[in-house]
This record gives sequence, structure tokens and C-alpha cells, in this order.
Amino acid sequence: MTFYEVVRFALRGLSANKLRSALTMLGILIGVAAVILLVAVGNGSAKAISDRIEALGTNTITVMSTGRGGSSSTALTKDMSDALVDPVLAPDVRSVSPVVSASATITFEGTDHDVNSFVGTTPGWFAASNTPVGSGAGFTADDESQGRRVVVIGQTVAEELFPGVDPIDKQVTVGGALFTVVGVLAEKSSTGFQDANDTAVAPLSAVRQVLTGYGALNSILVEARSPDQVDAVQSEVSTILNQRLNVTATATSANGRQSTTPYRIQNASQLLATQTETADTFTTLLGAVAAISLLVGGIGITNIMLVTVTERTREIGIRKALGAPRRTILTQFLIEATLLSVIGGALGVAAALIGSSFEIVGVKPVIVPSSIGLALGVSIAIGLFFGGLPASRAARLRPIDALRYE
Amino acid sequence: MTRPVLDVRDLTKVYGTGEATVHALAGVSATVERGDYVAIMGSSGSGKSTLMNILGALDVPSSGTYHLDGVDVSKLADRQLALARNRLIGFIFQAFNLIPRTTAAANVELPLAYAGVKPRERRRRALEALDVVGLADRARHEPNQLSGGQQQRVAVARALVTEPALLLADEPTGNLDSRSTDDVLNVFDQLSTAGRTIVLITHEPEVGARTKRLIRLVDGRIVEDTRQSPINRPPVGPHAGRHAVSTVQWAGGART
Repeated sequence: MTFYEVVRFALRGLSANKLRSALTMLGILIGVAAVILLVAVGNGSAKAISDRIEALGTNTITVMSTGRGGSSSTALTKDMSDALVDPVLAPDVRSVSPVVSASATITFEGTDHDVNSFVGTTPGWFAASNTPVGSGAGFTADDESQGRRVVVIGQTVAEELFPGVDPIDKQVTVGGALFTVVGVLAEKSSTGFQDANDTAVAPLSAVRQVLTGYGALNSILVEARSPDQVDAVQSEVSTILNQRLNVTATATSANGRQSTTPYRIQNASQLLATQTETADTFTTLLGAVAAISLLVGGIGITNIMLVTVTERTREIGIRKALGAPRRTILTQFLIEATLLSVIGGALGVAAALIGSSFEIVGVKPVIVPSSIGLALGVSIAIGLFFGGLPASRAARLRPIDALRYE
Repeated sequence: MTRPVLDVRDLTKVYGTGEATVHALAGVSATVERGDYVAIMGSSGSGKSTLMNILGALDVPSSGTYHLDGVDVSKLADRQLALARNRLIGFIFQAFNLIPRTTAAANVELPLAYAGVKPRERRRRALEALDVVGLADRARHEPNQLSGGQQQRVAVARALVTEPALLLADEPTGNLDSRSTDDVLNVFDQLSTAGRTIVLITHEPEVGARTKRLIRLVDGRIVEDTRQSPINRPPVGPHAGRHAVSTVQWAGGART
């Protein structure tokens, strides 16, 4: 009896029970597809998080004051910010942007809009904070030094105050003073609950004059020449600041989070590392869920295979009584199990690939290639093992025992 | 005469152990010559089914020897045993045992497929065998589309398609009504006339009466072995009376 004939027997065996074969394949399909998709969703959300953080810029550090408000000895001042621009002590610093921010109400022709963060800074901030100007222009260093009242508004502000109107060169009122809109920021993806587009940026001098007064800075944004030099910049910045604030050098560590220092340095790559860790935990969690569902799916496959073969023990008995050698019977059932698990698994992979092209709960899934191999491998191995084991047991029975099997 | 088709000596079969031991066969010896048509009769529990399963190489005896067409079956390995079942024995079951959801023709082809016959040749011989049992027009029907009698005749076709030395039938008419019984028995008569060796089990006297030789089994022993009609003549057919007693052989351990 040729192998080809045995394959035909297997195909006939499968087609003799179309519904059961289809359901078995469906079980395998769902198991495989679920695992691949689940891992893909976990991976996709991790990727989305890291993409968003990278959009913040990875080559900047932010210096913030940790002191209680108003304490002049610990507050960040414009002098400190200027001191950071030092080619000798801080050679890796590309730009330094002092930042003040306040909430403010912008008024245009009787329409009010409350802005969460009305930022006062220097022109270098646009590049350092990865916040490009969409239309119009940013303000210049000259605007800043002259204290000209110009403002660049975010997309949300533009939509609220200037529906259907070009906001450039329009005059808005902020804190009782007139500001001229010179540009609109490019649309930015939100990183958190706050709308990143609900903002306005104006020269530091103008904002201090109109809104915040000449007190402490909120933060200083320092941009490194390249992402690799972020750590160097951080230590340079701490050295200079420690000098200025008379902090003993030992109190500052690389991450600048020591409570003894009156300032805190936040590093985007640190943020990224933290978030990546979180995302990894998330992926591990989803992976665990996927592993459990694969296990459950595997038990389902096991069950169906056991039932399928056990139910046909009698048929095996008949075949043996008609003179089928053990190996022929075993081969037939192994081929049936292989076809079921391979076809089911392949369909599962196809379903997962199709499913991954859609957004699932707001996440664009990103397929992990190894998850395909794992899911497919496990389901096929289970199918073969639990299809083959009862078949070989039944094929080894004496025909009369197989025939009597209920 | 050539060697007997079937030759068993001191067959015993013991089920269970200890207290629950059952001696299904307690030493059975018999020979069946080529062309004979034998009925084995006995009440339920007399061991006739056990004997039949051993004769069909579906089960192994606890002790004793079994020569089938000169081959010692008890010495065969699994693969050769499969070959023996395929080539030497055609087995017909009480419950038909056709493979479900598979056409009559495919069922009949099955033993030929295991014998390695080419598909075209297989089809031809399967249709011939179905023609012998009068079901050539039902070749494409599946078992659940056939009546009990038709299913049993398909099973008979399947048993004889490999032209085995021995046809064994385990209560072939046990699940059939009288008309279907007649159909199946007529097929057996035909096959016997054509020179086939047939051994069947039955508990129906009218079935036993149509055979050429009648063996009675009680408690795992042969108690009666009657030649009802000559081995080289066609069987007497459906209107056979009990005119036997030509030769009575006491085989095995006769009861005292």
C-alpha cells in the first residue's frame, strides 16, 4: 500500500466527518490566532508608548526646582540658565531654554479661551522641545530681547479662537496686554490626558512682564548636541548648578533625584527607559495571558483529538480485521491529525495577520514573528501528539478488543 | 485430499483471573476441509463467539494450536497476522461493521487496498463481488442508505473480494429479519456451491440445517459434530430437513 493511498484514506477520513473536522480546525485556528493577536496587541501598545516618548525628544534634559515656591536661595533664575551656556564648563550643550509657564485666558474679539500652559521661553525651545511651528513663524531672539508681545498658539487654541479665520497677525488679549499671533504650532500627538495642542508660546521677557513677574523660572530645558551626550550634559549641568546653589558635589548623583539638591533633572531617555520597562511588564502580562490561552486551546485540541480517535476505535478494529497493518493505520491517523493541525494552524496565522491590520482597542497590533512560530509549533505538536497517541494505542489493540470498544 | 483449511487442536481460552476465571473454551479440536460449509451452534455463553474470534485471528487462544491453510497462526508477528487476515480470511460480523459514511464500493475495496491492489483493478473486483451478492446497483450507496440485509450482503462481498481460503461469519443473520436472512443465506449457498469454505456461527436451527456440517458447542466443548450433506455436493438449500447422522465425530473432551 503506497503512501499516496494512505493520504487518500486520510483525506476520505476527514471528509467523512466534515463538521467535526471543521470544528477541530476552528478550535486550532482560534487558539493560534488568539495567541498571535494578543502578543501583537501587547507589542503594538509598547511600541506606541515608546514612539510617543521618542517624539518628546530624547536629547534633552529638563531642570526643575524642587524647592518650596518663593524661596530665593533655591529657585531657578535666568542667571542660572544663562550660566549653563558655557562652552568651557558645558561643551556638550547645544541650547538652553529657560521656561516659565502659567495658565492664562486669551481673548479675541470677545471670545475667551483658557490656555493651560502659556509658555514663556527663548526661540531655542521650539527645536529643543520638538515642537515645530506649523504655519507662520516662531519668534526670534530679537523679539525675546526686545520683549515684543508676539505669540505662537497651539492647534486647539487656533481652532477655538479663530474658527475658519487665519490667525496670523491677529491681535489677542492676554492678561490685559495685546499680543500679536505670529505662528501656529504643528499638530502634536498627545502624550497624556492633557491636550498638548492647547498651548501658547511667547517670548520669555514678554510673559514675565505681563503674566508671571520676574520671579523664579519653572524649568530650564537643556538640549544636548546628540542623544549620546545626554548623560554628559546632565553632569555638566549639575556641576554648574551645584556651584551656583552652593550644593556639595557629593549630594548630586547622576540622576539628580537626590532630595538634598534643590533642583531635579528629568531626562527624556530615563523617562523612555522607565516607560519601556512598564511596556515590557505589560507585554509580559499579555504574554502570560496568551500562554494560558494557548494552554487552554491546547487542552481543547487534545480533547477533540482524543474524542476523534477514540470514537473511531471501532473503525480501527474493522480495518485491522480486514488486514490493515498497524503502521498503515497509524500513518493514516497521523496524517489526519497533521492535516487538521497544519491547516487549522495556517488558517489561524492567516486570521491573525488579517486581524492585525485593524486597530484593536485603540492599539495597532505589531506581529511578533516568534509568536507565530510558537503558537503554530505548540498547536501542531499537541495535535500530532494527542492525535497520534490514542491512534497508536488503538492500533496496538487486538482487533477484537478494538471492535468491542464502546 | 490436500491439507485442511482449518486445523485447531486443544484450543482453550480463559478470561479473567482468580475467582472470576471463565473458561470460554475448554479444549476444542476440529479440522475443516476445503469446500466444507460448517455451522457452529450453541447457546449463549457456549464459547462459539470466542472460537470464531480466534479462528478469525482477531483474538489469541490461551493455549492450543491453530493452523490456517497450513500456517501456524499463533507464531505470526503483527505484520504477518495482518497479512493472514487480509489474504486467508474473510470475516463477516453480526453487526455488519461497515465503515460509516463510506460507499459500499469503497467498503468492499478496502481489503484490496490493504492488499496493495491497484485502484482500477480494485474497482473492477469490488463491483464483481457486489454483483455476486446482487448489489451491483447499490455500489455508490453509503451504509446508512442500505437496509440491514443489504448491508450484510455488502459485508459478505467485502469478505469474499480477496478470494480468501476461508469465509467466517459470526451470526451473520442475527440482526436480520427472515427475508434478509434468506437473501444472505442464498448468497452463502451460492458461494458454497462455487467451492468456497464457509464456517458460520448461528443459534437459529433453520440456518444450521442448511449447512453441510453441524458442530454443537456446550460450555466451551464440542458435544456434537454432524455431517448433514456431502462435502462435494451443493448445499441442500432452504428446504433442508434434519436427515443427518451420517457421521458423528466426538472431538475434544467429550463429556462423560
